[in-house]
Amino acid sequence: MSDTFQLDGASVPFEPGQTVMQAALAGGHYIPHLCYHPEFKPHGSCKVCTVKINGRTAASCTMPAEAGLNVESNIEEMNGLRRTLVQMLFAEGNHFCPSCEKSGNCTLQALGYDLEVHTAGFRHLYPDRPLDASHPDILLDFNRCILCELCVRASSEVDGKNVFALSGRGITKHLIVNSETGLLKDTDIALTDKAMHVCPVGVILPKRVGFSVPIGARRYDQRPISAQALDDAPRQADAPHSPDTGGSCPACEGTP
Amino acid sequence: MSKKLRIATTSLAGCFGCHMSFLDIDERLLALLELVEFDRSPLTDIKHCGPCDIGIIEGGICNAENVHVLYEFRKNCKILIAIGSCAITGGLPAQRNHLDLGSCLTEVYLTEPGLAHGHIPNDPELPLPLDKVHPLHEVVKIDYFIPGCPPSGDAIWKFLTDLIAGKTPELGHGLIKYD
Repeated sequence: MSDTFQLDGASVPFEPGQTVMQAALAGGHYIPHLCYHPEFKPHGSCKVCTVKINGRTAASCTMPAEAGLNVESNIEEMNGLRRTLVQMLFAEGNHFCPSCEKSGNCTLQALGYDLEVHTAGFRHLYPDRPLDASHPDILLDFNRCILCELCVRASSEVDGKNVFALSGRGITKHLIVNSETGLLKDTDIALTDKAMHVCPVGVILPKRVGFSVPIGARRYDQRPISAQALDDAPRQADAPHSPDTGGSCPACEGTP
Repeated sequence: MSKKLRIATTSLAGCFGCHMSFLDIDERLLALLELVEFDRSPLTDIKHCGPCDIGIIEGGICNAENVHVLYEFRKNCKILIAIGSCAITGGLPAQRNHLDLGSCLTEVYLTEPGLAHGHIPNDPELPLPLDKVHPLHEVVKIDYFIPGCPPSGDAIWKFLTDLIAGKTPELGHGLIKYD
């Protein structure tokens, strides 16, 4: 019999080595998250999954599960912090949902919906981030990048290509392409790469398929992200996921 | 019967799509008119806003006149609501914000063929464009936001009826959307 911790009053079993997030998702409990992806090593950068553990805040995606922890997640204090994080992401980039082809399939947008974020609230920065449309099949729209590094992780860990990286610090931090020219056309990225299918927002897009799924039939038109995130995560009874199964990523449904 | 609430609406740097969506509440407009009456609005063609309970503003701030109208609404309305993507994020007009305004005007009116007569419009009747397009909350205090491009008639109905009933307006899944 495995040990358990308390999550919002429920008893959650865990295996040794699991994080609070992994155990929670495996047990059917949703903790809002953005940079965490069940197929990749936790990154701990977006902080949306922050919970209160024994009275102190911690990122649940990187916090090892321990017996007897008292974890509070779905409380107004944590949801308020999450709301602010999502608002800051919206204010920092150029997130014009009405003209974005990822709209309806976007994790950031879906989180905003679920947290009832009605406005970014902050002063929008409107940064100048030119597109990279150099590749014949793939468009990069840096305006929407939230620096989750999922494409960086997928390209190096799964594809073995190391196409993407983050450069700079603080507010100047940005996504770059690892090629001599800095352009995507001079990399060996392919449409079938894992890195093509993990972007939670609308940065990495296959060309010529935008808006192919009508409004109403897109992923988050149907059910909120809190109801769907559990489907993506390995459940307690499942075999552990291996990163190279090449399964389709639910975040990219509708953008093949 | 208690006094009807007074509502004013306007479109600033918007496309009137949110007003069209407002009309999409269809026959519920009649039920709404039992509870409210309209002050300044494209529906009444009243040109200036008097004291109101609720002001609803579509579109962001892209020129000097928009600022004056926004101040007029804030001064007269107890509750000010920003409706739609443009009012809340700047929206489509704000996609010029990473460009220099002078270069935009030069390209549109001087160097690209087909528009105007080779000069940048400068009639004194025309409000001066602002350097950047701003969402409303960067200029005055906004009390509520109804996101969407446009928000659906159902979302607007839910929001207004919640508000009029004295509840904190909530949209929930299916009604809250940014596109």
